[in-house]
Amino acid sequence: MSSQAQPAVAADLRPWTDPDATPFISVKGVSKRFGTFTAVSDVSLDIYRGEVFCLLGGSGCGKTTLLRMLAGFESPTEGKILIDGKDMANVPADRRPTNMMFQSYALFPHMSVEKNVAYGLLREGKSKPEAMDRVAQMLKLVKLEPYAKRKPHQLSGGQRQRVALARALVKQPKVLLLDEPLGALDKKLREETQFELIRIQETLGVTFIVVTHDQEEAMTLATRIGVMTEGEIRQIGEPREIYESPNSRFVADFIGSVNLFEGTVASLNGAQAVVDTADLGPVTTTAPEGVSVGQTVTLAIRPERFALTRAAPAEGTPNTCRAMVRDMGYGGHISSYRLKLGNGRIVSATQSNRLRDEDPIMWDEEISITFPPPVVRVLTR
Amino acid sequence: MSAGALDRAGAGRFALPLPLKITFGLLVLLAAAGAVLLPQNAALLLGGLVAAVLVAFGLGRAAGISDRWLVIAIPMLWLFVFFLVPFLVLGRISLSEAMIARPPYSPLFEQGADGWEYAGSFGNYQFLAEDPLYASAYISSIRIAATSTLLALLIGYPLAYFIARSPEPRRSILLLLVILPFWTSFLLRVYAWIGLLRRDGVINGFLMWTGIIDQPLVMLQTDFAVYLGIVYTYLPFMILPLYANLVKLDGALLEAASDLGASPILTFFTVTLPLSLPGIIAGSMLVFIPAIGEFVIPALLGGPDTLMIGRVLWDEFFSARDWPVASAVAIVMLFLVVVPIMWLQSVQNRQEGAQ
Ligand SMILES: Nc1ncnc2c1ncn2[C@@H]1O[C@H](COP(=O)(O)OP(=O)(O)OP(=O)(O)O)[C@@H](O)[C@H]1O
Ligand SMILES: [Mg+2]
Repeated sequence: MSSQAQPAVAADLRPWTDPDATPFISVKGVSKRFGTFTAVSDVSLDIYRGEVFCLLGGSGCGKTTLLRMLAGFESPTEGKILIDGKDMANVPADRRPTNMMFQSYALFPHMSVEKNVAYGLLREGKSKPEAMDRVAQMLKLVKLEPYAKRKPHQLSGGQRQRVALARALVKQPKVLLLDEPLGALDKKLREETQFELIRIQETLGVTFIVVTHDQEEAMTLATRIGVMTEGEIRQIGEPREIYESPNSRFVADFIGSVNLFEGTVASLNGAQAVVDTADLGPVTTTAPEGVSVGQTVTLAIRPERFALTRAAPAEGTPNTCRAMVRDMGYGGHISSYRLKLGNGRIVSATQSNRLRDEDPIMWDEEISITFPPPVVRVLTR
Repeated sequence: MSAGALDRAGAGRFALPLPLKITFGLLVLLAAAGAVLLPQNAALLLGGLVAAVLVAFGLGRAAGISDRWLVIAIPMLWLFVFFLVPFLVLGRISLSEAMIARPPYSPLFEQGADGWEYAGSFGNYQFLAEDPLYASAYISSIRIAATSTLLALLIGYPLAYFIARSPEPRRSILLLLVILPFWTSFLLRVYAWIGLLRRDGVINGFLMWTGIIDQPLVMLQTDFAVYLGIVYTYLPFMILPLYANLVKLDGALLEAASDLGASPILTFFTVTLPLSLPGIIAGSMLVFIPAIGEFVIPALLGGPDTLMIGRVLWDEFFSARDWPVASAVAIVMLFLVVVPIMWLQSVQNRQEGAQ
């Protein structure tokens, strides 16, 4: 397979920004109910060729169920799924252009590692020597060559996971569905495998859908992230968008850590709004469209966006208040603080440790915190 | 339980903790009570067994044998008393000659000119080897048992698979249906088949009534009836181990196979079937072993030319009253059955070791 040509415009790299681009996978209003329980509810998704799409969400939110519907093990109660323009409703799992890596690995216990990986190749009619060649390459890639002849029960959890990964990758399907692909790997191997996944994805042009509940993993791997909860997709966006512009309290709270403040809109001046809060006093910020005076909103501020200073900032600086340091934790590259505001509310803040011999802010100091208007995000949901 | 755990359990010398002592005391009381209430023979047996267990533990403790060995020793003792001893008795009789006496065989040692002489011989075995009747009876038994086992497998596998894949409440009901026939006497069920298969039986009656046939079919006293009887009787023994195996089969493996492009049929032959091999072996042995020595079914359903070793054995014992030859027949049969079982067992052990 040839490597893809350098994209000419940004829209080629980010096809979802182009309203005319045709999605490779279309999930249209899909719901799945088990009896009266709704595991996936009215999910609509467009995924483009060559994407690494991460489904992120807490345990039991329906990620695996959605993936199983894509793979063909479960049929949607409502809605439809199109892959490469074809309706998948009547296409059984063994004829879909998808391969799945199972959360439970589902390795064949009676076959050696090598045979497990070769299974899919032999089913598509590859000759044995050809298949074995490919298997050897694949095992090399996941660093399992010495274990080729072992049975799955003779492997560690992480090794089994890599076998499962190799087995799903070796067929180079158009769509690769990975259910928690790197959960059991140690940090170093996980990072290596992440890069390996990206490399494979770029060289083969495979479309990945990755389920994870590791945010950091989603952030590094994904072209876009879909945040799920209770069977619904709450927000779809690029990692940066999800982090910087969450569309709801849930997403803001779920991704990274955040301080949330309740308030009411006191005044509006074009896009600029002043929100009255009990914790921080009046906060100047940029309001999203459709906000009206008197509306209750939530303000979201990431811990790293607070500026902490011993001296009070210059008179007239907006968005500042005094706080006491209740707790301080040294974390190498950053220090994290728990600060007590005037009304007793605790907020968290982090500072990066840029200078080695800086005089750091310590326990029980009274300091000023400043949060300029652009770092405050107004949430209406 | 792993051998390792057993080792650890056995590492301590035999020393009973208090609750166990109380349990033992209760057991002795129970045995005593049983001895009073039960008929004399049963009471003797029970009392003897309890005594044997206690003596074994006592001796073991005195000799400083670890309790691990004692735990193994009790079933060994059981096997010794109820399997090895009868086997040795049979073996001893098979070396004698038939006599019209009580018991009807010659003693093994005779008072000769110069003291006691060994009078046993392998003559009976030689006789078995020379008379083609026995060889063909063995071969025919093996053939009938093997064919029946295969038929039971072909019928039992889909049934077991279906039951294992059924949702829970239905699964229990289906399993109950499988073992339901055991609630009636085996003999009655075989007799019932006579009523069904007879010339003027239910099946012929029905077929003639519908006009499918105009002459009654000869079904009773044929090999067909024997196969039918054996498969019918032993089918549950095939289904149960297969079910126990198939119900453990991880559905995700089947999904993985189909995900990798295997059709349902290929999935069956590459995943389900190899993984259910232990169940197939267990079920086949449970059908094959009793079928090979089956006596009642060929006697009641089979014809005069249905030759099975169980019948030969019966005839030798009770018609010819030739206990030595009958014993030899039994011992040869035992070896014919035991050798393949041991081989299969070792194959299975090796497989389990690999999994
Ligand atoms: N076959 C089923 N029958 C009934 N309920 C089911 C079935 N499969 C899944 N569910 C339910 O649907 C919900 C979503 O399950 P799913 O496996 O998709 O979660 P998940 O997001 O993958 O969670 P995790 O991160 O723990 O793997 C769960 O509450 C689960 O109990
Ligand atoms: Mg899951």
